[in-house]
Amino acid sequence: MTSKRILVTGLSTHWGGRVAQALERNPAVETVIGVDRRPPKVELQRTEFVQVADSHTLIRRIVEAAEIDTVVDTRLVVDGTVTSPRLAHENNVIGTMNVLAACQGIKKLVFKSSAHYYGVEQDDPAYFTETMRRAHPPRSRLEKDIYEAESAVEDFRHRNPETIVTVLRFTNGLGSGRPSSHARMLDLPAVPAILGFDPRCQFIHDEDVANVLEHAVKFDIDGIYNAAADGVLALSEVAGLLGKRLAPVLLPWGTALGSAALRRAGVPLTAELERLLRFGRALDNRRLKATGFRFRYTTRESVMKLREHQRLASLMRSDGEGYRYERELEEFLRYSPSVKAANAAPALPANVAPRGEESAAQLATMSAAQPVARPRSAARPPASPPTPDYADLESDEIIALLDDLDTAQLERLREHETAGEARPAVLTAIEGVLARTTA
Amino acid sequence: MAQDRSPLREAAPVGTPGDELALDGPSAPSTDLAPADLRALLPGVEPERQVDDWGRSERIEGALDATLVEFFYRLWFGCEVEGIHNVPDEGGALVVSNHSGALPPDAAMIAKAIKEEHPRNRKMYLTVEHFFKDYPGFSMLLPKIGAVPAHPANVHRLLYDERQLVLVFPEGRKGTEKLYKDRYRLRRFGRGGFVEAAMRAGVPIVPVALVGAEEAAPIFAQVPLLQKLTGLIYFPITPTFPALGPLGMLGYLPAKFKIRFLPPVRTDDMGDEPWDDKSLVQTVAHDIRATIQDELFDMVGERKSVWFG
Repeated sequence: MTSKRILVTGLSTHWGGRVAQALERNPAVETVIGVDRRPPKVELQRTEFVQVADSHTLIRRIVEAAEIDTVVDTRLVVDGTVTSPRLAHENNVIGTMNVLAACQGIKKLVFKSSAHYYGVEQDDPAYFTETMRRAHPPRSRLEKDIYEAESAVEDFRHRNPETIVTVLRFTNGLGSGRPSSHARMLDLPAVPAILGFDPRCQFIHDEDVANVLEHAVKFDIDGIYNAAADGVLALSEVAGLLGKRLAPVLLPWGTALGSAALRRAGVPLTAELERLLRFGRALDNRRLKATGFRFRYTTRESVMKLREHQRLASLMRSDGEGYRYERELEEFLRYSPSVKAANAAPALPANVAPRGEESAAQLATMSAAQPVARPRSAARPPASPPTPDYADLESDEIIALLDDLDTAQLERLREHETAGEARPAVLTAIEGVLARTTA
Repeated sequence: MAQDRSPLREAAPVGTPGDELALDGPSAPSTDLAPADLRALLPGVEPERQVDDWGRSERIEGALDATLVEFFYRLWFGCEVEGIHNVPDEGGALVVSNHSGALPPDAAMIAKAIKEEHPRNRKMYLTVEHFFKDYPGFSMLLPKIGAVPAHPANVHRLLYDERQLVLVFPEGRKGTEKLYKDRYRLRRFGRGGFVEAAMRAGVPIVPVALVGAEEAAPIFAQVPLLQKLTGLIYFPITPTFPALGPLGMLGYLPAKFKIRFLPPVRTDDMGDEPWDDKSLVQTVAHDIRATIQDELFDMVGERKSVWFG
């Protein structure tokens, strides 16, 4: 494996956090360092976080000091609703330039790009392959920025023939309850559509996105790859799977006016989304599959997962605020010699830590100290009142969701189930998952 | 659920393991794959779905097939089919036909003929202009009944990777625009793109001669001004359009249809990369055009009546 010392840029993005979590579980990885402007939003065991902007001198210093061999760049903004166009441009074009400047001489660069690279046009092929270029100039600011960012990466590839450059073009991610313009659109009581159009849609499950990035770190796959799940659905099929109706609220002519009005009313209809509602888009994912990657979910299954999250939304919301990064605490847990409790730690091999035996013990400590880091979980109110959504769920649907919950949530769910219907199948499944996570 | 995956979807792994055990193997998978390897990686069919990845809907196609298409095929046009054995039993093939009619009825009838008369009851995809993708209603309906935009990549995927039958009309728009006085005189066969597509996929070309469609939907005149105003690809004057409004497009006269499938032309024995040889491509295209034209004159000559055959 080429990648042992890894820098993740954009650690506070959904993907950056997920990738760091996956990488730190891999014993072959020596070091994971994450940089971002904002603190990470997920719990990390041994990833070290440095709060810097995308300034190339600062990142360069980290790369050199930590002897980074692999940079995973997950910063790219691909959703117009996340931030303002100006900040998106700053991040996507200038930020990419800076990161690339800091990457000279590393062994591998994994760049998370987007299917927006291809755009959406009337004369598009039904499936884009990696060798196809867009026939028309980019339409929106965001598409233009992504196009420029990829051009910069291709330029980097030419200048650094020794470096493995993996560019991953992801289609829209879905299925984890992560807020995005697509997820928000599909959360509406009816799915907005353009009158007389039923475009083809393709998604990728959020979990598969993280898996693809991890796959690209684990294996040396040079080149450009489309990352999109198997199966292409019609928008009407998507609405059907979600148990909703298509609402043809936009007219085929003057769609831009209509969508501007909808945007004002709070519907997250970005310019890219509007084009997708007209013509749709699908990617040919076979090149990525040929490298040995297997998608866990098809497009259809991703949409089903989204439905499960929609049904459970009210139950999950009562969970309070999520994880918050506490710098002092994290640093104490990582570096203080006082931290001991190597008993219940997962069996991490000794070579994982930069400083040998001693830090391996610390690592173990950190994972054991996990409950301490999250005192909130202990002081939660007991079972929340039964919500109608939860009562609607079949037991196998609940069981399928259990893997996504953490220990505290599982315990609450168990109480709730015992107080309510007390289905034996559900209770056994919860016990099973709890046993697995605590073991 | 994510766990119960159909075995169809488990394509044979190529080269590298994707599992957790191969943590630090060298395992750089080859990225230069033969196209045949990629064919094995096509997504499997999800049995729960009624729509395929091209947007083709069994339900809607079935409903139309059992009613409207059935009526036109059996009663209204009384289709007669010859030479169905020329359509291969399996593998991809490019079906090439003459084309006419304001809203051409020929595509649906050829598809129905193969579905009804062929021993394997094969389904067929037909290629349509990109124009329809931006035309409300058509954009929704056409993919549901097996129409695919005529992009070379789409045709290649269908022919080579999915090994399907694909119907093309090389005359394209020029065929459907032509007036009644020019009936059964084939227009130019594009730039031979269809031959190139068949060569790249290594599949045979099955020429088809179809008589009757010209009389079923005769066009007396084209009105360029109205075409510009409506944004349609053309604005024809037919016996029922525009007199009966948009539905007048479906007002076909009950002409007798005869569909003759001609012996297939192989393209896999023309040497290495024959598509680079533009003169060969043009020659093949020209030959196929001449074959269909001769057959058409032959069939029109034999015909005693436009309405009864």
